[in-house]
Amino acid sequence: MPDAVAARAGDELPNPALLHLLGPKWLTARARAMSGERGRGARFTLLAFLGFLFWAFIFGMLYRMLGYFRNATDIGALLAGKLLGLMLVSFMSILLLSNIITALSSFFLARDLDMLVAAPVDWLRLYGAKLLETLVHSSWMVVLLAVPMFSAYGVAYHGGWGYPLIVLATLVPFLIIPTVIGSALTLLLVNIFPARRTRDILSLIAVLAAAGLVLLFRVLRPERLARPEGFRSLMDFIVLLNGPTSPMLPSEWVQQAVMGWLRGPNDLLPFYLLWSTAAASIVLGALLHRALYARGYTKAQESAQTFARDGMMRRVIGALLTPFGVRRRELVLKELRLFFRDTTQWSQLILLAVLIVVYVFNIKYLPLTGEGLTFFIVNIVPFLNLVLAGFVLASIAARFIFPGVSLEGRTFWLLRSSPLSMHDLLWSKFWVGTLPLLALALLIVGSTNYLLKTSEFIMWVSLFSIVLLTFAIAGMAIGFGTLYPQFETENAAQIPTSFGGLLFMMASVAVIGGTIILEARPVYSFLSARIYNTETSAAEMWFGFGMAAALCVAATIIPIRVALHRLETIERG
Amino acid sequence: MIELNALTKRYGSFTAVDGLSLTVPRGELFGFLGPNGAGKTTSLRMIAGILRPTAGAVRIGGVDVVKDPTAAKAKLGFIPDRPFIYEKLTGIEFLRFVAGLYEQSGPAVEHRSRELLSLFDLEEWRDELVESYSHGMRQKLIISSAFVHRPEVIVVDEPMVGLDPKAARILKDLFREYVNRGNTIMMSTHALEVAESMCDRIGIVQGGKLRALGTMDELRASAATGTEGLETIFLRLTGENAARELVEVLNA
Repeated sequence: MPDAVAARAGDELPNPALLHLLGPKWLTARARAMSGERGRGARFTLLAFLGFLFWAFIFGMLYRMLGYFRNATDIGALLAGKLLGLMLVSFMSILLLSNIITALSSFFLARDLDMLVAAPVDWLRLYGAKLLETLVHSSWMVVLLAVPMFSAYGVAYHGGWGYPLIVLATLVPFLIIPTVIGSALTLLLVNIFPARRTRDILSLIAVLAAAGLVLLFRVLRPERLARPEGFRSLMDFIVLLNGPTSPMLPSEWVQQAVMGWLRGPNDLLPFYLLWSTAAASIVLGALLHRALYARGYTKAQESAQTFARDGMMRRVIGALLTPFGVRRRELVLKELRLFFRDTTQWSQLILLAVLIVVYVFNIKYLPLTGEGLTFFIVNIVPFLNLVLAGFVLASIAARFIFPGVSLEGRTFWLLRSSPLSMHDLLWSKFWVGTLPLLALALLIVGSTNYLLKTSEFIMWVSLFSIVLLTFAIAGMAIGFGTLYPQFETENAAQIPTSFGGLLFMMASVAVIGGTIILEARPVYSFLSARIYNTETSAAEMWFGFGMAAALCVAATIIPIRVALHRLETIERG
Repeated sequence: MIELNALTKRYGSFTAVDGLSLTVPRGELFGFLGPNGAGKTTSLRMIAGILRPTAGAVRIGGVDVVKDPTAAKAKLGFIPDRPFIYEKLTGIEFLRFVAGLYEQSGPAVEHRSRELLSLFDLEEWRDELVESYSHGMRQKLIISSAFVHRPEVIVVDEPMVGLDPKAARILKDLFREYVNRGNTIMMSTHALEVAESMCDRIGIVQGGKLRALGTMDELRASAATGTEGLETIFLRLTGENAARELVEVLNA
C-alpha cells in the first residue's frame, strides 16, 4: 500500500469545519464585490445615495414622531414602546415568512447540496452552515430597515455609547429565533410534500398572507385615528396602550430590553429570555434536522405535478393569434404557458388584485365632499390620481414585464440559433405584457374616476393619459430589462430588485411626472374656464397634450429600439 | 454545406478561435475534436449564430450567418452541450415551439414530432412537463428538436452525453441516415471511438487553431502512427501525454 494511503487509514474521519463549508459563499461574495465590472462605481454610488436618502427619511420621520411622544409626559414613553413593539412584530412576521421560503432554497433546492450531502460533512455542521446562510439571505433587508429605526430611538432618548451594544445584543437572538423556526417549518413541510410542490404551496401562502394583511390593515381604516373626533376619551386611548401585549413574543422582549435601557428601569430578564430561547431553538432545530433532513432531502428530489395539456388555450388563443404568423403565435403561447404553470408567478396576481381593491377602496373613502371643496379640487384630484395609477402600473411592469428578457437567458442558445429575429422576441414580450397592463390601467382609472364622479373632460384626459403612460411604462420595462439583464437569476421576483430595476422605476417616475406636468397647464386652463366662464385656448390644449403624447411615444419607442440593438449584440458563450 | 473562412474569436487579449478555415460539404458527417478549452464550443456557437465572430466568416448552405442570419439559421439545427429548455413546457409543446420558430406548424409538424418522440422512447412522456425529465431524456428531446424542422445542416456539441446505449445507437443511425440523404452534420465530441466509427472526416483543433484535418487514413499518415486508432493520433497531434504522470499523480 502506498505511504499516503496507509497514513490516511489511521487518521480520524474527515469533517470539514463550518467556516470551510461557508467558504465558497464568502469567496463568491468577495469576488462579486471586487469585480472590476464597468460602471460598478457609478452604480454603487447611486445605490448608496438612494439608500442613504431612504435611511434619512425613516430616521427623520421616526425622530420627529418620538419628539412629539417625549413631550407627552404621561403617555409618551408608553406610545414610543408601543410603536417599537408594533414595528418589531411586523419585522418578526416578515422574518418568519422570509425564512420559511429561503430555507426551502438553502436546505433543499440549492445547487451546492448534491456536493455537500455527498461529502463527509457532519450533519450538525451542514445544519449550522445552511442555517447561517438562511439567516443572512432572509434577514439583511430587515437589518437595513432596523438601523435607522433603532438609531432614531437612540438619538431621541439619548441612548449613549452603550446603546448600540444593547441593540446588537437583542437583535442577534431576535434574528436567530425566526430563522430556526422558519427552517424547522420548512423541514416539516418538505417531509409532507415534495419540495417543488412545497415551493408552490409556500408562494401561495406567502401571497395570501401578505394580501390578507394588506386587506385587514386597510379595512380597519387606521387614518380615523388621526382625526380628533375619532377618540371618545383619553382614557379609551390609554386603555388601548396598556392593553394586552404579547409577553411570549421575542419582539416584546426586544422592545422591553431597548426601552428599559432608554427609559429605565434596566431589566436583564428580556436578555435572558432572548438568548435562552435562541439557544434552545437552535438545539431543538438541530435535533429535528438530524431526525428528518435525510428523508426530506430525498423527497425534495421528487417533482410535483408534471402532466399538462392546454387544448383550450391552444385552440382559442392560437386561433386569435394566427393572423400574426406561426412564429409570433408560438412565442405568445409559450409566454402564457410559462406564466400560468408557474405558481410563483401567477400567485402574485392575487396580491395584485388585493392591491387594486385597496386602491379603489382608498379612492372611495377620499373625503371629497363637504364644505370648502370646490369643483376645482374635486376635478384636480382625479387628475393627480393618474400619478398614483402610473406608479402602480410601473410596479406591476417591474415585476412582470421587466424580467422577460432575463428569463430567456438560459434558453438563449435556442432563440439565437433559430431564425427568430430579436424584433419578434421583443414584440411578443411587449404585447404579452402590455395588453393586460392596459386593461388593468383602464379598469383602475375608469373605476376610480367613476367613483369620484369626475367631469367628462377629466375622464377623457385620464383615459388618454393612462393609455399613453401604459405603453411608455411597458416600453421602458422591456428596454431597461434588456439593457440590464439578470441572466443567471432563476427567481423572477428577484430580478426587479436589481440596479436595472431601480433605474426603470426612476425613469418611470420621471416620465409619469413629465406627462402630468405637461398636461397640467391645459387641464388648469380648462377647469378655470369652467369656473370663471372664460374661453380655453386651443393652442394651449394641443401643445400640452401633444407634448405629453410625444414624450410617452418617445418613452415607448426609444427604449425598445435601444434594447433591440443590445439584444442583437448580446453574447452568451 | 458549412464554410468557415478565417474564423476568429477574441475575448480581450485571449484568442479562443484563431483563423479557422474549413469546408464541410453536403452529405458529410464531420468530427470536430480537440482538448478541453481548444475552441470547439466557441466555434460551434459562432456557426450557430449565437456568438459573433471577431473576424472571418461563416456560411451555411452558401448564406453568411452574420450578414443574413435569418436565412442562414433557417437551414440550421443546433444541439448544445449544456442545454436548458423551458421547464414548464411539455415535450410535445417544446417541439411545437421550436418548429414555430422556423415558421412550421400543422399536421406535418405534429406527425414528425410524434415520430421523433417515439424514436427516442419519449412518446409516453409527451404531455409531461420537461422539469420531470431526466438529463438523458432532455438530451433526447433537444436532439429531436434539432430534427423537427428538417434542417439542411446540424451542428452538434457533445451529442452522446447522458444518452443510454440504445439512444446512442439510434442517434448514430439517425446521423448516418441523415447525411446519406445529402445533409451535413458537424459534431464535436470527446468520445474518440464515436468519432472514429461515425465521421467521414475529422478536424483536430488546439489553441483555437486547426492542427489536423482529413479522413482517418489521412490523419494516420500525418501523425505517422501506422495503423493506430484515433486516440493515439489525437494524443500525438495535441501533444497530450497524460499517461506518463499517472503514477506520480496518484502517489502525490
